[in-house]
Amino acid sequence: MNQIPALIRVFMYLSILTVGGGMAAFPEMKILTVDVHKWLTFPQLIHLYSVGQMAPGPNMMMIVSIGQWAGGILGALVVLIAFFAPTGLLAFIVARLWKKLEKWPWRISIQKGLAPVSIGLLLAGCFTMAKGAITGVETAAIAVGVLLILLRYKVNPALLVLGGAVLGVISFMPK
Amino acid sequence: MSDAAVNPVLGAVPSSAPVVAQVSIGRIFLEFLIIGATSFGGVVPYLRGSLVSKCHWVDDKEFVEMLSISQSLPGLNATNMAILVGAKLRGALGSIAAIIGICVPGAVLMYCVGIFYRIHGEHIWVTAALKGVAAAAVGLILSTVVGLSEKSLAGKFDFVFIALTVIAVNRLHQSVPRTLIVVGILAILFHRPRNKQRESIGQ
Repeated sequence: MNQIPALIRVFMYLSILTVGGGMAAFPEMKILTVDVHKWLTFPQLIHLYSVGQMAPGPNMMMIVSIGQWAGGILGALVVLIAFFAPTGLLAFIVARLWKKLEKWPWRISIQKGLAPVSIGLLLAGCFTMAKGAITGVETAAIAVGVLLILLRYKVNPALLVLGGAVLGVISFMPK
Repeated sequence: MSDAAVNPVLGAVPSSAPVVAQVSIGRIFLEFLIIGATSFGGVVPYLRGSLVSKCHWVDDKEFVEMLSISQSLPGLNATNMAILVGAKLRGALGSIAAIIGICVPGAVLMYCVGIFYRIHGEHIWVTAALKGVAAAAVGLILSTVVGLSEKSLAGKFDFVFIALTVIAVNRLHQSVPRTLIVVGILAILFHRPRNKQRESIGQ
């Protein structure tokens, strides 16, 4: 049951889907890691992703946990490299070409065109996640509360996610 | 520029684009390691604070330009920024040092969290807390969507492309790459360059 080749394939593929943010790859990540390879369950994926929002650094570090579960420390390392090498290489190459591309009229078209699609992908990822995360009135209220606070005030989002944990304990602990 | 006027120390420095002397690979790694370890709740403000205000490795205009490149490319903003800034400072080695630095703290943390969660994930306290955390994360992503929509959309018609994307993925269960290619090409063609002459005169 060597999962390493599958981990490399899946996370290299997910890497190039992260247009606009890590969440854009979430629907595909759910299908591949949960349904196809069964490395974890859907609730576990949601939990790891959400907890990952409290960690510092790039916000998809939860992939390390998936790699560790499926393939130990080697799995964790392999997943990191597979997930960041393809897009990293692309960014490196584009950085070199950018000055030349500056005058290319289609560059602006591509940027303008990709903006709504990447927002749509984020939203689609968000809905996929909401299907598992919003299970009743309490969770809906927490999500809406966080959204409204972030739109109105400058608060560190990590603190609000931590606040969600406190509210979760208050709402869902069996009395 | 106004920063330079306010800050007496910076005032002595010529206010043109930062003159970056050869920065060592170790220094790049360390700075990105610090960002990776402290950037709770979103990396971009921490990147700006460190790279623009503290280290003067890039100026504000360059930072915004790099951020816009990072956002239009696949990959996370944080790691793409690390690649771009690292490349500017020391080429390929600089990029590698920066991306490893910014990833290591979060990766180590999530490695441990994964192990802890595997053992204690079924504990009632943990389950209850995680329900709240996941709900809060949904609200957080929604706020990102709203923020990006306000900042990067070129017009009202773009909401059609957002809707198409969401419907394709969530309702029609199309794969993300297929959606990205089909809706992406439609949107790019919609925003195709036109009246090049008029645009260049207008500028």
